[in-house]
Amino acid sequence: MARESLADIDVAGIVRGMNARRLGIYIVVTLFIAFFLAPLEAGILTAIKTDASIANTMPFLPPGADGVTAENIGTAFSQLQGGIINSLVMAVPATLITIVFASMAAYGLTMIDWRGQVGILILFLIGVFVPYQAVIIPIDKFWYQVFPLAQMLEPVARLKLVEPGHLQLVPLTITHIAYGIPIVTVLFRGYYQSMPTSYIEAAKIDGKSLTSIYKDIVLPLSKPMFGVVFIYQFTQIYNEFLFSLTIIKYANATAATMTLVLSGIGASISGVDYGLRMAAAFLAALPTLVLYIAFSEQFAKGLQTGGA
Amino acid sequence: MATHEATGESVADSVGWRTKFRYVLNGDFVRSLPFWGIPFVIMGIAVYGGIGYNIAISLTDTAGIGPVDWSSLDLEMYSQALAEPAVHRAAMNTFVLLVAFTAICLVLGLFLAVLLDRQFRFKQQTQMIYLLPMSLSFVVTAKLWVWMYDAEVGVINVVLGLFGISPINFLGNPSFSLAAIIFALIWQFSGYTMIVYLAGLQSIPESQFEAAQIDGASTIRIYLRVIIPQLKAASVSAAVVLMVFALKTFTFLYALTGGYTPPKGTDILATLMMREAFNNVQWAYGAAIATMLLIMALGVISPYLYYQHRQGSL
Repeated sequence: MARESLADIDVAGIVRGMNARRLGIYIVVTLFIAFFLAPLEAGILTAIKTDASIANTMPFLPPGADGVTAENIGTAFSQLQGGIINSLVMAVPATLITIVFASMAAYGLTMIDWRGQVGILILFLIGVFVPYQAVIIPIDKFWYQVFPLAQMLEPVARLKLVEPGHLQLVPLTITHIAYGIPIVTVLFRGYYQSMPTSYIEAAKIDGKSLTSIYKDIVLPLSKPMFGVVFIYQFTQIYNEFLFSLTIIKYANATAATMTLVLSGIGASISGVDYGLRMAAAFLAALPTLVLYIAFSEQFAKGLQTGGA
Repeated sequence: MATHEATGESVADSVGWRTKFRYVLNGDFVRSLPFWGIPFVIMGIAVYGGIGYNIAISLTDTAGIGPVDWSSLDLEMYSQALAEPAVHRAAMNTFVLLVAFTAICLVLGLFLAVLLDRQFRFKQQTQMIYLLPMSLSFVVTAKLWVWMYDAEVGVINVVLGLFGISPINFLGNPSFSLAAIIFALIWQFSGYTMIVYLAGLQSIPESQFEAAQIDGASTIRIYLRVIIPQLKAASVSAAVVLMVFALKTFTFLYALTGGYTPPKGTDILATLMMREAFNNVQWAYGAAIATMLLIMALGVISPYLYYQHRQGSL
C-alpha cells in the first residue's frame, strides 16, 4: 500500500509476461516488498517531517512542501556522532583481530588432521550458540572487579593520547573479539572445508611447513571469504547492544556506542519525539545499511553459513 | 600421521624417550597448536570461564554493590527462582515466543524462498529487500516498530482502520503485546530463513523438478513431495539459530521501552534475568536464571550437534 511507485514498475514488466499465474506471483512479491519496506519508509518520511506534519499526515505518506524539515536529522546527528565514531573505532579493530585469530584457528582445525579435533570443534560450536546472558554477569564482574582494565590504563590517558572516558572501549573491544572468535572460526572452517585439498596435499609432499602452506596457499585462496566474514562480523559488532550496555553502561558516557546512545534518544517526560527518534535510527543504521547495499551478496553468504 | 618423520634424523635413533618426544612434537596435534591454540584459549576463558563463573555466582547470595560474597554456597537461588510466579510467567512467554517465532519464520521463509526460486526481473533486488531488515540493529528495528505500532497514528493501526478496525494499543495492551513483538521479530528474521532455504533449493538439481514435471505432477505437488523433504538439513539449522535467538532476545525488548522493563505481558527469561541482575542488583538470583537459560540453549544445541555429528558434517 505504501509502495505504489514500486508496484507500477512491476506492473509494466508483467504486461510482457502476461499470464495470470505470473501476475499472481508478481503481486505477492510486491506485497512482500511493501511489507519489508513499510517500517523503513514510514521511518524515513517521519524523520524529515515537522512535528505538525507528523501529527497531520499519515506516517507512510510524504509531507507537504511546508512540512519538510532537516531539524530532526541535525539534532540526531549532533547527539549521535560521538556514538557512531565510538562504534566504528571499536568495531573495525575488533572485527579485524577476530578475523586473524579465527582464520588461524579454522586452519588448524580443518587443514591439519589430528585426533580429538571434533572435541575442540564442538567447544567452539557451543561458543557460537551460548546465550550471552549466561556470561554477562561474569563480564561485568571481570571488567569492574577482577581486572578493571579501563582503570588500569588511566596512566596512558595522562599522555593525552586519548580521553580517559574512551578507555572503556578497550575492554569492550576485547570482549567482542573473545566472543566473536567461535562464530568467525566456524565461518572460515566451512570455507576451508570446501577448498580443493589437492594444492595443500601437493605442498605437504613438497615438504612445505604448515606456516608456509597457510601463508602461501590458504590465505591467498581465502580472500573472498575475508570479505564475507568482515561484512558479517562488522555488522554484528556495530549493531550489538548487550556488551555495550554491560561494559559502558550509560548512554551519556564518553565511550557510549551507537546502539547505547540510540536506545535513549527521543524519549522524554513530555512524550516521545518520533521525528527525532526516526532520524536517529536512520543515521545510526546508515553505516551498516550502506555496507549491506554494497555487499548484500557477501552478507547473505555470511548468514547462510554462520547463522543469524 | 607423522610420516614427515622419515625426513628427520631422529629415525636413526632407536626408540628412546627422545624419539617418542620428538614424535609427539612433530605430530600434527602439536604442529597445528600455534594456529588454534591462542584463539582457543581466548574463547575458552570468555565462554567456559564465563559460564563457570556465572554458575559459581549463582550458588552464592551476592546482591548489591561490592565484591562477590563466597561465604555460603547452595542452590537456594534456583529453588527461589523456580517458586517465583514472575519466573513462571517469563518462562511461559519465552516458550510462546520461541515456538511461534521459530515456526512462523520457517514457514514464511520457506514460502519466500519458493517464491523467489524462479527467474524474474529484479529478482536480485527483491531478495536484497527481503533480507534488508537483518542488516539493522535491534535497537533500530525496535524504534521503527514502536512507531509502526503507535496507538493512534501508527502504520499498523492506519491499515487496520481501512478494514474498519478501531485503533489498538499493541505495545500497551498485554493481550496484544507479545504477539506484536513476535510479528516484528518475524519481519526482521524471515529474510534470514529465506536465504537459508534458497541455498538449500539451489543445491537440488533442476533435473528432479523436470522429471516430476514430465510425470505430470503439479508445481505445488512437486514442491511438497520432492523438493521440501530435501530441505530438512536447512530447516534444522535455521530452526536452531532461531530458537537460540528467541531464548536470548533482549536488545529488541530493551530498546522498545529504553529500559529493563519490557512492555507489559512480554517479559521473558532473558529480560527478567538482566533486570534482576543489572537493575535490581540481585546478582546471584540473576545468575541462576542465566544458568537456566543456558541449560535451555544447550537443550536445543546438543541434539543438533549430535545430529550433525552423525551426518558426518561436523
